Amino acid sequence: MSDQSTKSGSLVKVEDLKEYFPIRTGFMRTTMLKAVDGVSFEINPGETLGLVGESGCGKTTVGRTLLRLYKPTGGKVYFEGHEVNDRNMKEYRKKMQMVFQDPYSSLDPRMTVEDIIGEPLDVHKMYSSKGERRDTILGLMSLVGLNAEHATRYVHEFSGGQRQRIGIARALAVRPGFIVCDEPVSALDVSIQAQVVNMFEDLQEKLGVAYLFIAHDLLVVHHISDRIAVMYLGRMVEMADADELMDHPIHPYTLSLLSAVPVPDPETARAQKRIILEGDVPSPLNMPSGCAFRTRCRYATEQCARECPPFTDRGNGHMVACWEK
Amino acid sequence: MDSNMDSMNMPKKSPFSMQIDLQRFEKATDEEKKQQDVMSESTTFFKDGMRKLMKNPLAVASIIVLVLIILTIIFAPLIVPYGYSDIIKVGGKRDKSAKNLAPFTYSAKEIDYMEETGEKLFPHIMGTDSMCRDYFIRVVYGTRISLSVGLFASILVLIIGVLYGSISGYAGGRVDLVMMRIVDIIYSLPDMLIIILLSVVLNETLANTQNPIIKSLGTNMVSIFIVFGLLYWVGMARLVRGEILKMKNNEFVLAAKAVGASSGRIIRSHIIPNCLSVIIITTALQIPSAIFTESFLSFVGMGVKAPMPSLGSLANAAREGLQSYPLQLVFPAVTIVLIVLAFNLLGDGLRDAFDPKLRR
Repeated sequence: MSDQSTKSGSLVKVEDLKEYFPIRTGFMRTTMLKAVDGVSFEINPGETLGLVGESGCGKTTVGRTLLRLYKPTGGKVYFEGHEVNDRNMKEYRKKMQMVFQDPYSSLDPRMTVEDIIGEPLDVHKMYSSKGERRDTILGLMSLVGLNAEHATRYVHEFSGGQRQRIGIARALAVRPGFIVCDEPVSALDVSIQAQVVNMFEDLQEKLGVAYLFIAHDLLVVHHISDRIAVMYLGRMVEMADADELMDHPIHPYTLSLLSAVPVPDPETARAQKRIILEGDVPSPLNMPSGCAFRTRCRYATEQCARECPPFTDRGNGHMVACWEK
Repeated sequence: MDSNMDSMNMPKKSPFSMQIDLQRFEKATDEEKKQQDVMSESTTFFKDGMRKLMKNPLAVASIIVLVLIILTIIFAPLIVPYGYSDIIKVGGKRDKSAKNLAPFTYSAKEIDYMEETGEKLFPHIMGTDSMCRDYFIRVVYGTRISLSVGLFASILVLIIGVLYGSISGYAGGRVDLVMMRIVDIIYSLPDMLIIILLSVVLNETLANTQNPIIKSLGTNMVSIFIVFGLLYWVGMARLVRGEILKMKNNEFVLAAKAVGASSGRIIRSHIIPNCLSVIIITTALQIPSAIFTESFLSFVGMGVKAPMPSLGSLANAAREGLQSYPLQLVFPAVTIVLIVLAFNLLGDGLRDAFDPKLRR
């Protein structure tokens, strides 16, 4: 964790990423929905960055724009120091992969497991013979804990956890250095969540792959991440070392998020004070001026309404965007 | 999250708690865990659909009827010793008395001939027509023409419709808008009128052609194909576009993009296979409609060229002697009805079996 700030070592670097969607608000009128509004971060090789935030705050869009599944409105993405753009994207598809949230709709129901996992190999022509393709696929299947005899089956025959394993095997097929995990466990049962999260950790140990782990469950993110970033309405509000963020949160939004985490021990839970935020999340079509969080923040001042707070380092790589704290 | 549920130190149940007493549970043995791994027999979507189709009595009956009709039109001309355009010959001479015979009867000359030589002549299963030609073989050839028109026209519609619809649906945006407005314009044209106009115009332009394929088919036949190619694909294109718009929003398309698959590959290997059931069903329902159109055109005299028969032109010819020989209308009409009904019922059966919305 000490070499976090050294720029040369970072695997993925995102600079001021922006993604606006045009939304029709009336006849012949469109407004820009700022799903992601200037997000920057770095991920080191073999590291996991957790990304948390409530629904609709742009977590998924960050992941998808990073992989250019959406065309970014602005900002740059670097992989191993090289800028990723439309022309060389096909090359980087081999290095950056994605695991999707919904294991039901992210796998083609008309394909066998073998063909789903083999698709990246087919697209990038990563084998010289049929036998090699099959061996690679079976190797991937055993890596994620699937039986070889499942290769010829169709996805509707599998449970949610098994399907997510198929999705992970597909992402691993091209031997990527970096995987965006878009809420990979939120559609699964709690018991299976643990299995899959532990598998992500094992795979990281074995393959040295880096993750951007998107989730809304803070406990899962804390468990798997080296660092955690918190998003609110398309902007990053706090980013720090996982333990540091859990123990010493600075931003008022992070504080309220942490206070909402359920505690398994009822006595501690009773002693804890929950910070309940007032009001609703503002519409991303009509964002408040200055700091996006000021409408629900009890420390908000005039300055918060005037200017957007900068994302500054408060020591040890603990980045916060807040005027007051 | 990673709390291990170790059964060895299960918490003791408080007497007032509503919770299940965890101490009453015992750990599953390895053998019991193995049972979880056993999965049901692997079935593909296609196998599953076929099994359902075979359970539908109407669909099975129509498959049998269609198979019988197809076998007949393939093998009957090999067995029956009469030609569709030849006057019946007895002992090498034309038999002018064999006019409008009833089914399974012989003309006076044929009876004489059979008595003379002792040789048995092949029966006229459906009698003969007013030109002394065997009617059964004419109906068989007419069915051949009608079925092949239906089949080829549907294939034409299938190819154009799927290509156009998938491009429009996948591209989206402005491309989709323009392509769909073109479809709307074609959709609003009165199709029968266009068919009649086109076949009149094409008849004149194609009349002098030396192309052997067009000559043997007859200019009317070619114009029917052109009309189908021009007009009838719009329904299929709209349907395919709608399906693709639905499929496009599925995450597996996004996943294929993340893997690096090209648009062509995504359409070919993800979107089209998932729309296949809808495409098959629509094609099955398109065939009877094409047969019907062809029969109608032949009936009004714009179909195949005489002496080549089609079910529609046979029905039209039978109209003249309707009072005296009603059976000559009944045979081609019943054949049309059988084919159209069988294809419609089969199409419905296919929809019930394969439509993902009706499944489960």
